[in-house]
Amino acid sequence: MKPRAHVVAAVSAIAMAVAVTAGCSSSTSSKTNPSPAGASDRGSTAATATVSGTVTVFAAASLQEAFTTLANQFEAAHPGVKVKLNFGASSALAQQINQGAPADVFASASTKNMSQVSSAGGAASSSNFAKNVMEIAVPPSNPAGVTSVADLARSGVKVALCQSQVPCGSTALAVFAKAKITVKPVTLEPDVKSTLAKVELDEVDAGVVYVTDVRAAGSKVKGIEIPADVNASTDYPIATLTKAANPVAAQAFVAYVLSSAGQSVLTADGFERP
Amino acid sequence: MIGFAFLVLPVVALLVRAPWRGLGALLSDSKVLTALRLSLECATSATVISLVLGVPLAWMLARLQFRGIAVMRAFVTLPLVLPPVVGGIALLLALGRRGIVGRYLDGWFGVTLPFTTAGVIVAETFVAMPFLVVTVEGALRSAERDLEEAAVTLGASRFTVFRRITLPVIAPSLLAGSVLCWARALGEFGATITFAGNYPGTTQTMPIAIYNAFESDPPAATALSLVLLLVAVIVLAGLRDRWIRGASAAL
Repeated sequence: MKPRAHVVAAVSAIAMAVAVTAGCSSSTSSKTNPSPAGASDRGSTAATATVSGTVTVFAAASLQEAFTTLANQFEAAHPGVKVKLNFGASSALAQQINQGAPADVFASASTKNMSQVSSAGGAASSSNFAKNVMEIAVPPSNPAGVTSVADLARSGVKVALCQSQVPCGSTALAVFAKAKITVKPVTLEPDVKSTLAKVELDEVDAGVVYVTDVRAAGSKVKGIEIPADVNASTDYPIATLTKAANPVAAQAFVAYVLSSAGQSVLTADGFERP
Repeated sequence: MIGFAFLVLPVVALLVRAPWRGLGALLSDSKVLTALRLSLECATSATVISLVLGVPLAWMLARLQFRGIAVMRAFVTLPLVLPPVVGGIALLLALGRRGIVGRYLDGWFGVTLPFTTAGVIVAETFVAMPFLVVTVEGALRSAERDLEEAAVTLGASRFTVFRRITLPVIAPSLLAGSVLCWARALGEFGATITFAGNYPGTTQTMPIAIYNAFESDPPAATALSLVLLLVAVIVLAGLRDRWIRGASAAL
């Protein structure tokens, strides 16, 4: 009998503690929002919604610099919010989201990878927030003397490309199709930053990456421009995910990226307007 | 039992979710066969190199006494605990085009290892050879010396002793170590993709092909995973229980 009484006492103590804390915090938000963050996001009515909690953003590898800046600015504007960034190849991120990875926002480097998510029910709608074009990156010493796109097809030139299912890989292939050349790379890297790394390490003679990556690498690589008539572009869509744990903050972040303040950060990094 | 369930569950899931119906078509794809053949060839080459370089090394560590042997042994076991991708980066810094040794290979002999099949074999040997060395060293240490000493007193040369007496005695551990080495080389991913890169036919081994396939075609990735699982099962079935015990005792 005695041990049982202990158990009953413990359970009722815990139950009382839970009831007290629940009662204290969720007085107004019980009608509006049944989410776990219900205690804090009670501002669903006003235009300046009180955003808090953590927002998990899955973003394409090429967005590393821009989104880090945007996240810092967003956190500064909304104290109490933490933005968690996860960068990777858009194709890999789309797979992760479809397999159930916990994300609130998805920013992809191509509409194709966004469709992979929306057709699986992960995103209801998306908006294009930027555009990017390709550029050739070579090591500062330009060991193979690459000066144009046609040089990439020369035998003996070691070229690194992204894998074809990754946006930077498929866009590079589009450039080659427009230039009517066949390029045989020595390696197909999993994302654009790995491709850039091979160039920075001087392990390859050239890599086809985004203009934004060449800019971000600074003096570590030299950029060879691709003429506009053969260059190909890719659109970047962004969406709040249907299974977002923090939809209010997610929508606020998406809105920020699409706002003029967000757009100026992107154009400063070399992205084009959508 | 929970430990057992934990280890068995992923394998069961792989078997349950495998696209059994489309399997034939998926597996007769030339890309898959190329990756499989490349994987098998590279793993076997890496094992042969490991035997040639590793057995003498194991003999040195087991039988000789000199200053610094403990440090040497530590370096030999390092690749066992080093994360593979770290191994890949280290190989690039050593043997890449701008590497401390690689720059001379490139400048004097025109030999580059990254992005070649030879590079894959080098990466796989780096991560897998320690398995062989550690297993064989353990076997040599625990082998009975009486027969060897008897042979020496009867006039046999060092090499004859090694060939006719030592080798047969350590044969089970040698085989177990070789199989471990081969299996480790076959499954290597991080060091290979970092050092040798990824290109179908030259450097795209099965694990890398699976990684690629997963992003665009998960059922294909599952099918490829089944193939490697089958190879692993065949290897384990061929490896008798006592050899596993012998290997783990040595480790």
